[in-house]
Amino acid sequence: MTMKPWVWAWTAAALAFAATVLLTSGRGAGELAYAALSFGAFAAIVGLGQMLVITLGPGNVDLSIPACMTLAGTLALKAMGTTDGTAFLGLAVALATGLAMGCANFVLIWLLRLPPIIATLAASLIYQSLAIWSNRGLRIKPPEGLADFSTGRFIGVPNLAWIALGLAILVWLLLERTIWGRWLLASGQNARAARLAGIPVQAVRAATYLSVAVFAALAGYLLASFSGGAALNMGAEYLLMSIAVVVIGGSSIAGGNSNVPGVIGAALFMFLVVSMLNSYGAGAGIKSVLTGTIIIAIVIAASTRRSRQ
Amino acid sequence: MTDLERTAVVALRDAAKHFGPVKALNGVSLSVAPGECLGLVGHNGAGKSTLVNLVNGSFAPSSGEVTFPGGPEGVRSVFQELSLCPNLTVAENLSIAHSGLKGRGWRRPARAEILASLDTVFPDHDIDPDAEVDQLTIAERQMVEIAIGFAPRGGSAKLVILDEPTSSLDEGIARQLLSHVRAFCAAGGAVIFISHMLGEVFAVASRIVVLKDGKVVADRPAQDFSRQGLVDAMGHVAAEGTQSTITRIAHGEVVIRAEGLEARRGEVVGLSGLAGHGQAAALARLYLAQTSDWRAGRGARAVFVAGDRPRDGVLPLWSILRNISISVLGRDGKGGFVNTAAERSLAEEWKQRIGIRTNDLTNPILSLSGGNQQKVLFARALASDAEIIVMDDPMRGVDVGTKQDVYAIIRAEAAKGRTFLWYSTETEEVCQCDRVFVFRDSQISAELTGDQITEDRILEASFEMMEAS
Amino acid sequence: MLARYRILLPVISLAVLLCLTFWMQPRAMSYFGLNLLFNLAVPIALATIAQMIIIMVNDIDLSLGAFVSLVACVTATWLNDAPLIGVLVLMALILTYAAMGAVIHMLELPAIVVTLGMSFVWGGLALFLLPTPGGASPAWIRTLMTIKPPFIPMAVLAAIIIAALTHLLVIRSKLGTVLRGLGGNTRSIARAGWNVTALKATAYGLSGLFGVLAGMALVGLTTSADANIALRYTLLSIAGVILGGGEFTGGKVSPTGAVIGALTLTLAASFLSFLRLSPDWQIGAQGAILILVLTARLLFSRKGAAT
Repeated sequence: MTMKPWVWAWTAAALAFAATVLLTSGRGAGELAYAALSFGAFAAIVGLGQMLVITLGPGNVDLSIPACMTLAGTLALKAMGTTDGTAFLGLAVALATGLAMGCANFVLIWLLRLPPIIATLAASLIYQSLAIWSNRGLRIKPPEGLADFSTGRFIGVPNLAWIALGLAILVWLLLERTIWGRWLLASGQNARAARLAGIPVQAVRAATYLSVAVFAALAGYLLASFSGGAALNMGAEYLLMSIAVVVIGGSSIAGGNSNVPGVIGAALFMFLVVSMLNSYGAGAGIKSVLTGTIIIAIVIAASTRRSRQ
Repeated sequence: MTDLERTAVVALRDAAKHFGPVKALNGVSLSVAPGECLGLVGHNGAGKSTLVNLVNGSFAPSSGEVTFPGGPEGVRSVFQELSLCPNLTVAENLSIAHSGLKGRGWRRPARAEILASLDTVFPDHDIDPDAEVDQLTIAERQMVEIAIGFAPRGGSAKLVILDEPTSSLDEGIARQLLSHVRAFCAAGGAVIFISHMLGEVFAVASRIVVLKDGKVVADRPAQDFSRQGLVDAMGHVAAEGTQSTITRIAHGEVVIRAEGLEARRGEVVGLSGLAGHGQAAALARLYLAQTSDWRAGRGARAVFVAGDRPRDGVLPLWSILRNISISVLGRDGKGGFVNTAAERSLAEEWKQRIGIRTNDLTNPILSLSGGNQQKVLFARALASDAEIIVMDDPMRGVDVGTKQDVYAIIRAEAAKGRTFLWYSTETEEVCQCDRVFVFRDSQISAELTGDQITEDRILEASFEMMEAS
Repeated sequence: MLARYRILLPVISLAVLLCLTFWMQPRAMSYFGLNLLFNLAVPIALATIAQMIIIMVNDIDLSLGAFVSLVACVTATWLNDAPLIGVLVLMALILTYAAMGAVIHMLELPAIVVTLGMSFVWGGLALFLLPTPGGASPAWIRTLMTIKPPFIPMAVLAAIIIAALTHLLVIRSKLGTVLRGLGGNTRSIARAGWNVTALKATAYGLSGLFGVLAGMALVGLTTSADANIALRYTLLSIAGVILGGGEFTGGKVSPTGAVIGALTLTLAASFLSFLRLSPDWQIGAQGAILILVLTARLLFSRKGAAT
């Protein structure tokens, strides 16, 4: 029997959950699950986008995710201006912002032939400035209906988690069943060979960089609605987080291989670890050290398991 | 230990190497004496690479023994795939392999040593020891690699293993290498020479060893073999050098005119000339111009068969099945989804037609030998509807039997109206084409058709301007 | 692009930016002006070299900023209060870096993820050591960093020395050549009989050494430390390596270029403040300068390819 790589992420998430619940002897398990699913949803959405980019192969990574989240969230809230019934307008603004940023990123990568790390890094500085400029230090509240939706539940599960799940199924279908998915996976293994096999590699890359920015914009929109307004640093923690969930989830950093269930499990895990350490009363320093150690331990565990096969 | 083994540079006694259940080498006894040039021939998968890796110490034998009566120093390997550091200069690459060069002022001796070795092996070469390797042509890189193999490097080369050393060299340079090998052996050095070009093996080898299925099936002085006998010993009945018996028929209208090339419907067009004179680049440009970076390949006019498999062809993480079907997903799919049933049956069909040796198409592509991987790449191209098939020296490292199979398929497909553009470094293959363009310095120096296509004419066109200058 | 031309563009972009700065602010064209402009360049240059050594062996270090911050905290506390312990701790940090390189190679782990995890570890340790900003710079580092040599400001002189030394180490020495070869073709280095694990550990150890120097230099300039003091060095150092003509893969790097890249980045910040740009746009303008320089590099290398 060979275990799928994503089993690791899910097992770790379950263990972290159990350890936390054990401490509180069962009380608060519901709240913890709610929080994990909600916060995990953000990490999952940006993680799915980052996974698509990382699948494109070595050197492909999007460092502009935090800036995309912030700018999209800021502009969307500004457009809505706390008026009720503008949720879809806001969503449209966020998605359009995401598309624009994705286009800009890809133009830098494609026309200027910049390494994606540098291109998205440089572009994110500009997005950050745009966000600062448009925000002007104001904190605009989301319309009440939208705020209620983003913190609400459906059949006991947070709405955000449903959205993340829907996106995950969409991405899974795309990768496993569609021609585009095959093209993406082929391009990630060997871009030159893929191009010579007749795959429109540039179109695949363009679509991927657009998707990651749109995913980040959606996450920014939801996060701003969820937390009662856009803050300038609201995306900061998702830079390392988005990469971490992809890798913990069992996708290959070398490209050409991706793992949707793993990303979801890893996103839950990342949140649960922090709340576990919180509930054990750990200080910020220890929390950070342990988070890092756990990331490395999981990567090592996954790699030794792989080499035994 | 026999006398022969005592004086040998290397002796293998019943050496075997197993990878799990796979017996890559199954009990080989062999020794190489100083002054001897051992020609090693055999199909892909016969165990040649494993044997080489046992001799150069990359692998330890699973059973049996490998001994070096005079010590293991001075055993050098020149590998089939290029193994220099492309970001370093020629001289720096030598120093990597020469641990004695260190401390202050190591550069000057490194430069002198590689230059001396290049001058010895390839007189009138034109390689600057301070050039970075990625600025050199493939042929020059291979020359550097060979020169490093023969360089003293703080001792002296006792045994040099040359694994397909001429695969990227043109004939003139290859001849220089062959005469150096003869001189090296005459001076007491030993060489293990592996090549698919039997002519070369006969030209240098004093003894020929034939491997088949991990065992030595023949081990005799070279003059005791005939070409036919050698091919028979390897286990294939198909003879090398048989001129194809096709009758040259009139071809249809011109389907492509680009890069100075012209090809008609149903025609097999060869690109020839000395290696590295722009043929591969011209084909790649032609192919890339026919297809798009942005639009899907549905109904694309051209497909590409790579010769440099790891770089240009194989998608290494995937199964054989997915590697074949990638070219036809757009044609067979519905609404953007992959049609898995059609994919499966198409791959099964091509597995039969082209004879891919596997019992399960979902095995990883890398589980196949090089020759079978090449068949997958042929299947990928031929399974499409494209009318133009561009082939960039696709027979590199492919065994004789596979070659004959593929020649037949090419002929059959051409008869159905497909056009082939075929670059080959082997003149003999080019001679089977309907029309041949000879390249020199990235330009076409001759266009030959019909009875004009002879080895002499091609050589003449490859060389004539060189001698004039 | 040939190695010898790889250095041209970084030099030109620095020169152009310098001319623009002098044009905007002629008073900067003086000993003190230059010292002010390049004040923070030394730690950034050292961090860029540290990142370059990792990129040279085909890896990338996402933990460098956190590591430099941690070193700064150690320097401002232990090295100042109990020099012996401080030195031992710093040496242990370098050894940890070397071990990280060995582990990454032996277990075939992706460096980007391991260093990502390590960034949490370094950051946590720094927080543990200095939960609030504080500490003090050891006097000798302070003196060294504020020394006033004749004619050439300290920052510029130090940059030249760093460039010269790392050029000798990375480009001219045998060890540097082998390490670059490791980035170019690991298999061929292994076949030539080198111990690749040891080489990777050496590269990471060297990188750790330069990271430690960067942290110490930083404290010498700022006189105190906090746990987040150098977090932006991760991205700055990557940008510096690329601005300096380095490439992410294939062992193609230029130490002189990296130092110049670091100087360019430092100068860009000063230049923008001379421009009296609204603070909203300062960050964005840095991004724009980065894009501009890299665009110039593209045009440059295309021209090179055409000839």
